[in-house]
Amino acid sequence: MAEKSAEARAALGDCLAFVGCLACAGLGAALLAASDSAGLAFHGLLLLVGSLVALGCVVEFSFDSLRRLPTGYMDGPSKVAAIAALIWGIAGFVVGDLIAWQLAMPALNFDLPWTSFGRLRPLHTSVVIFAFGGNVLIATSLCVVQRTCRARLPGRWAPWFVVWGYQLFLLVAGTGYLLGITQSKEYAEPEWYADLWLTAVWVVYLAIFLGTLAKRKEPHIYVANWFYLAFIVTIAMLHLVNNAAIPVRLTSAKSYIVYAGVQDAMTQWWYGHNAVGFFLTAGFLGIMYYFIPKRVERPIYSYRLSIVHFWTLIFLYIWAGPHHLHYTALPDWAQTLGMTFSIMLWMPSWGGMINGLMTLSGAWDRLRTDPVVRFLVVSVAFYGMSTFEGPVMSIKAVNSLSHYTDWTIGHVHSGALGWVAMVSFGALYCLLPWLWNRRGLYSLRLVEWHFWTATLGILLYITAMWVSGITQGLMWRAYDRLGFLQYSFIETVEAMHPYYVIRAVGGALFIAGALIMAYNVWRTVRGDEPVDASEQSLLATPRLEIGATA
Amino acid sequence: MQHEVFEKNSLILLIGVLIVVSIGGLVQIAPLFWVDSTIERVKGMRPYSPLEQAGRDIYVREGCYGCHSQMIRTLRDEVERYGHYSLAAESMYDHPFQWGSKRTGPDLARVGGKYSDLWHSEHLINPRAVVPESIMPGYPWLAETKLDVRDTGEKLATLRRVGVPYSEDMLANAEQDLIAQVSPDSRIAADFLRRYPKARIAKFDNKPGTQPSELDALVAYLQMLGTLVDFATFDAAGPNLR
Repeated sequence: MAEKSAEARAALGDCLAFVGCLACAGLGAALLAASDSAGLAFHGLLLLVGSLVALGCVVEFSFDSLRRLPTGYMDGPSKVAAIAALIWGIAGFVVGDLIAWQLAMPALNFDLPWTSFGRLRPLHTSVVIFAFGGNVLIATSLCVVQRTCRARLPGRWAPWFVVWGYQLFLLVAGTGYLLGITQSKEYAEPEWYADLWLTAVWVVYLAIFLGTLAKRKEPHIYVANWFYLAFIVTIAMLHLVNNAAIPVRLTSAKSYIVYAGVQDAMTQWWYGHNAVGFFLTAGFLGIMYYFIPKRVERPIYSYRLSIVHFWTLIFLYIWAGPHHLHYTALPDWAQTLGMTFSIMLWMPSWGGMINGLMTLSGAWDRLRTDPVVRFLVVSVAFYGMSTFEGPVMSIKAVNSLSHYTDWTIGHVHSGALGWVAMVSFGALYCLLPWLWNRRGLYSLRLVEWHFWTATLGILLYITAMWVSGITQGLMWRAYDRLGFLQYSFIETVEAMHPYYVIRAVGGALFIAGALIMAYNVWRTVRGDEPVDASEQSLLATPRLEIGATA
Repeated sequence: MQHEVFEKNSLILLIGVLIVVSIGGLVQIAPLFWVDSTIERVKGMRPYSPLEQAGRDIYVREGCYGCHSQMIRTLRDEVERYGHYSLAAESMYDHPFQWGSKRTGPDLARVGGKYSDLWHSEHLINPRAVVPESIMPGYPWLAETKLDVRDTGEKLATLRRVGVPYSEDMLANAEQDLIAQVSPDSRIAADFLRRYPKARIAKFDNKPGTQPSELDALVAYLQMLGTLVDFATFDAAGPNLR
């Protein structure tokens, strides 16, 4: 009886997937035909092609295979997202380094619209945050939620829709920027129709995550899942509120945001800071809470601390936005609130860092013997450093110097490269052999090389930006003996040149590390025997429950 | 311990998270819409003219906000370098705001009128022709691209729907006003000025004809930035705060 109803549900799912693909294909065709904007028509074409490919897959893999209902964990979507993360990551790093060189050598803008800094900069930020980071979050969250709940993801097609729908969103958003389609809100640049598509993808993401929690065979929801859930829900809220816009017409790519001026600024930085707080922090803390204990085979340091960490972090973070608007036309009361909460945020941040680091109690030797552990642990150390620096920069007196300068860029990258990317690399190095059922990574020595090139790159990057940011901030406010401003603006630009070169070299090192990783991953996935198997067997990679592949 | 409630019920956990993350935004954002003193009461603010708004859309499209702020902070050196600190009222018709977050190039909140139209045209086409040390990208295609004027009326109508006080008169004459701003001494120019007081009328890109280029629009926008508010009648001490 139970099998019968499972088959019926699967058949219903197949029908829904079939109809959904047809509907999306129709929508894509309509946009292609009706839009007078070449960009929107192109995006209609992308949707049409994507939907037709999806339709082919649904037809190919659905109805006849009903008798072989899959069991065990569903890891296919995680595999796709993990590989996508790596590809998008390298693309995003390369664009980032290109624009870094553009600031040192403006001729590299090539005088073309689609290669100019203004269009490439949002491409860089979106690809590294949402494409690289987002795919890491999807890959790990779908894997972790199943294992910590001992339940399979619900739905036959929904998880695939989340993964491939998200890639389509990224493709539409990224190509849009190059074509000049943007609403210009930082980290929320995609236009209204891309935002709507992302909303659909995100709702399904939330649904399958909650569905897995609901089916769980463990009585408790594991702490990593609290963080993943907070990330998914809060990003949905931020996305919907900040992107409220009215399109000029349904066949036009252009829209106008409903908020204006000071209200728009406050809403944007409420969103912007919490894209950091919930996308780049809460989500990746979920990774920390699963992968560090798993890799070092120790329990979380303090259960009580994780509870305090979770609730205080999500409560305080949401208030921190106004520190992006100190001394502006935002009312003082809001600025002061933003500063106060930013300073308080120091405590949960460091509480979380301590919880992550102290999990190594009794296993500190792993830091020496396992470069994957080193990635994970150094990322948490960077997390501690940049969450110390952030509250300092949110103090109004400090911010008057640091704001508008490269210090902010350096701060962001100590978090983004040091914390987000390093913890992602560590998690992917754990995840890939698990997902593909390999005995270990192809080469730990290459992980070691990746670690040191990336770390050296980060250090060059952030030290160059500290020096350039503080130098420029001081030059802007320097007075001569007669009481006049000492430097013209362009003199302060000239002074930045050496630091821009150093930064770009640091970025190139970081890319080199990622390429080493790509080679290592390719050899691992291909199934090559680990070259240093003897070292890896000592590490006793944690075994996952059987049925780990779907 | 009581925390079990959250750990054993995914929906209660979900609701708990939603409540906890909503509070900060409600306290910080909502009052800005109804506390009167948020936006100063000033003389001179008007909606952007159709050409200026088209220029603003190009400014947004090219991502200028990535390197230029439009927000002069209340700091001595900024006021001496750029002019009076920015008021909230000055961006009250900005959808979206363009305050920016980085000054790789200088602040533009009051760049209007500081340089000639010719300087702006040359500078946008090749920044290093006028500022040798500049690291700004060149935008030569703006001069060669005709401004897409098809959506002018619809864009203004959409802006009115999100709160910009365009009058019926302004909406009805949107396309004519756009041409009028690049047609000095024409009959439609006088009409245009009645609707958009203090707007500057010029062929901004210094090319003949009345066919506006994207460069015309962008320069028209840059040349009006920060010029609307009459600071002779502005008193920061109080009467201007609603």
